[in-house]
Amino acid sequence: MNRKRMDNSDTRPGFVQGLSDGLSIAIGYMPIALTFGLLAKNTGISLAHTVGMSLFVFAGASQFMALGLIGIGTGVVEIVFSTFIVNIRHLLMSMSLNEKTLPESRLKRGIYAFGITDEVFAVASTRETDVDSRYLYGVALMAYLSWVLNSGIGYIAGSALPVSIQGGMGIALYAMFIGLLVPTVKKSVKALLLAVLAGVLNFLFSKLFPAGWAIVAATVGAVVVVELIDVVKKPAAAETPGGMSAEDSSVGGVSSAQQNENYGAGKDRDDGKGRSDKESCGSEMEGGSEL
Amino acid sequence: MNYNVWVLILGMALVTYIPRMAPMVLIDAERLPNHLVRMLKNIPYAALGALIFPGILTVDQNIWFGIVGGIIAGLIALSGAHLVVVVIGTVLSLTSLLKIGVF
Repeated sequence: MNRKRMDNSDTRPGFVQGLSDGLSIAIGYMPIALTFGLLAKNTGISLAHTVGMSLFVFAGASQFMALGLIGIGTGVVEIVFSTFIVNIRHLLMSMSLNEKTLPESRLKRGIYAFGITDEVFAVASTRETDVDSRYLYGVALMAYLSWVLNSGIGYIAGSALPVSIQGGMGIALYAMFIGLLVPTVKKSVKALLLAVLAGVLNFLFSKLFPAGWAIVAATVGAVVVVELIDVVKKPAAAETPGGMSAEDSSVGGVSSAQQNENYGAGKDRDDGKGRSDKESCGSEMEGGSEL
Repeated sequence: MNYNVWVLILGMALVTYIPRMAPMVLIDAERLPNHLVRMLKNIPYAALGALIFPGILTVDQNIWFGIVGGIIAGLIALSGAHLVVVVIGTVLSLTSLLKIGVF
C-alpha cells in the first residue's frame, strides 16, 4: 500500500519472537493447567472432555468456574451464561488490541482472536511496536500448547504432582503481569495512575458486582477517569484535531523522548494504518469529522 | 451430569470466542474517533492493574504470600530483567521462602 508500511515490516516482531514472548505465559499456565486437569478428574469428567475443554474454550477462569458449576449440578445454559459474563472483559481487550494490530484480512484476525486470553493480550499490547498476525500466532500458540498439554498431564498425573508446584508457582502469572507493567510504569506516571486506579476500583467493584463485571468496570472506570483528567489538564491537546493528539496524551506519548526511545512504534503504527499519515486523505477527513 | 459435556464445551467455546473475535473482525480500527482510540490505548495498563489487584492477595491463604511475591516480582522487573527471569525468579524465591518456613 504505502512505502512506510513496507519499511516498517522488518522492525515488527515475527513468529519466533512471538513464541519467545509466549514462553512466560507457557510457564505461568503450567501450574494452573495442571491444577485444572486434576480438578477436572475430581469433578468426574473424562480425559477427552478435559482436554477438549482446554482445546476449544481456552479460557482459564471460565473453565475453573465450569468445573465448580458441574460439580454442584448446574445446567448447561447457566454454565454457558456464566462463561459469557466472565469473558465480557475480552471484548474490551480485543477492542484495545485491535488498535495495535495491522489491518490484515478478517480471516487472520479471526484466527488469532481465538488466542486472546488475558495473558496473550497483556504480552502483545505492552510490546513496543505494532504487531501483526505472525507475532500473535506465535504468542498464542505457545500459550495454547502449554494450556492444552498441561491440562491433560494434570488429569493423568495430577495427584502425583508435588504440592509445592501449586504453592510456589501460583504466583507465576501475577509475576508476569507485574513484569509487563513495570517497564512502562517506570517511565510513565500516567501508566502507573491507570494501573493503581484500576486495581483499587477492581477491589471495590469485586465486592459489589458479580465476577466478570468488576474487572470490566474497573478498567473502563480507570481509563475514563484518566481521560477526564487529561481533558481538564490540557484541553488544547485533547481537542486539537488531527491524528497526533491521540498519541500525545495516551500513555505511549507522555514525553517525546520516551516516544522516540520506547514508543516510536506509535508513530510507525500510525504510518502502517494510515491514521495521522499526511499522505492519506482518508485520515484528514476522519480527523475533521470526528473532532 | 444428565447432559452431554460436549454440548457444554461447544456453548462455552462460542461465548468465549465471540467476544474475542467480534471487535477484531467487525471494528475498523481506522474509523474510530480519536478520543476513543486514546482510551483504548490506555486500556492495557488499566487492565494489568485490575488483573493484578486484588487477585494477587488470594494466591495463597496467607495473604503475605502474594504481597511478598508481588514485591519480589516488582524488584526483579525494576532491575530490567527479562520477563522470563521475572517469572522464574519470583517462583524460585517464593518456593525457597516456603521451604525455609517463612510462610
